[in-house]
Amino acid sequence: MLTLTSPVETWAHRLPAGGKLAVVAVGTTALFLVGSPWLLGGALAGTALLYLTGGVAFSGSALRQLWPLWPFVLIVGLWHIWTAEVAQGAAILLRMVSAVALANFVTMTTRLSDMLGVFERIAKPLSPILPPRRLALAFALVIRFIPVMLDRMGLIRQSWTARSPRAPRWRIMVPATLAALDDADRVAEALRARGGAG
Amino acid sequence: MERTLTHVALFAALIAVLGLVPKLDLAAGVPITAQSLGIMLCGTVLGAKRGALAVLLFLALVAAGLPLLSGGRGGIGVFAGPSVGFLVGFPVAAFVAGWVMERTTLSPAVAATAASVIGGIGVLYVFGITGMAMMLDKTLSEAAFLSFAFLPGDAVKAVIAGLVTQSLARMRPASLLSRA
Repeated sequence: MLTLTSPVETWAHRLPAGGKLAVVAVGTTALFLVGSPWLLGGALAGTALLYLTGGVAFSGSALRQLWPLWPFVLIVGLWHIWTAEVAQGAAILLRMVSAVALANFVTMTTRLSDMLGVFERIAKPLSPILPPRRLALAFALVIRFIPVMLDRMGLIRQSWTARSPRAPRWRIMVPATLAALDDADRVAEALRARGGAG
Repeated sequence: MERTLTHVALFAALIAVLGLVPKLDLAAGVPITAQSLGIMLCGTVLGAKRGALAVLLFLALVAAGLPLLSGGRGGIGVFAGPSVGFLVGFPVAAFVAGWVMERTTLSPAVAATAASVIGGIGVLYVFGITGMAMMLDKTLSEAAFLSFAFLPGDAVKAVIAGLVTQSLARMRPASLLSRA
């Protein structure tokens, strides 16, 4: 499965994931403490420069990841033009876009395995109730079963359309959920036969 | 132990798949994403604790950088965006839906629909609207106005969650862990 990590190697790919997350947490908090649209505009420009150090292709895919924000930009923008509080509206939008862009930068420059490693370290204090091995196994099971379930969803749809002229609509959910429950039972049995989940 | 782990993991995968299926076309001609249906089903089928754990596991993988949210979104950026309240509300919604399901003796269809409305709509919207109000610096009523566009779709999903849960209860009574 594709992850959101950028295939374009940048200098930031080599930094440790935990450090990057800490910096972004501090940066995002700072963004929410600042109210001036000029400062927030500067923050957005700084974030854009950060992306540009990774090259044009890297920045282009970053822009595509920001695209889902457009409804919010449109609605909040129109709202503040209507209420004539343009400076405040600009501050809100600049803060929103910089915060998301900054966080995306970490996702784009960190491999999935490194990020999951950070989560497993954060969860270490929980190890009496949630052993790290079990958490790692849970991550692996989800990643493995997403393509399996997607395939089966397609099979269920095909066998439905082979028998009925109507579209399956929500009814596809029943066999899909049932199959997930059966898989869960079988995988549990297989795990137990191989020495348990740790 | 292993059964809890695999149920949690497989339902986390189910939520992801429901967001990836491009257009499930759940109700006649209305393309609605099925992801929040997955959240409701986690609660009504797995029960409060396991349901919430499945949603947390799903969110951890989203945060780690898998594009599993509907529309192919993911990464920690979504937790810095205006819909963060809905993401925070997801596990709580599943927990409340599961809790309602466990505490009633109504028929599975009625109980699951009610549980989905209370957890998957009521609780989820409280979190989502609060989050949007904070992120976009709006009042709660202004943020609520923006969120209510999704209400008809979510109402349809609550009914579907009820129907699916009822079918499961009929076909495989033991599989309904929320009623076990």
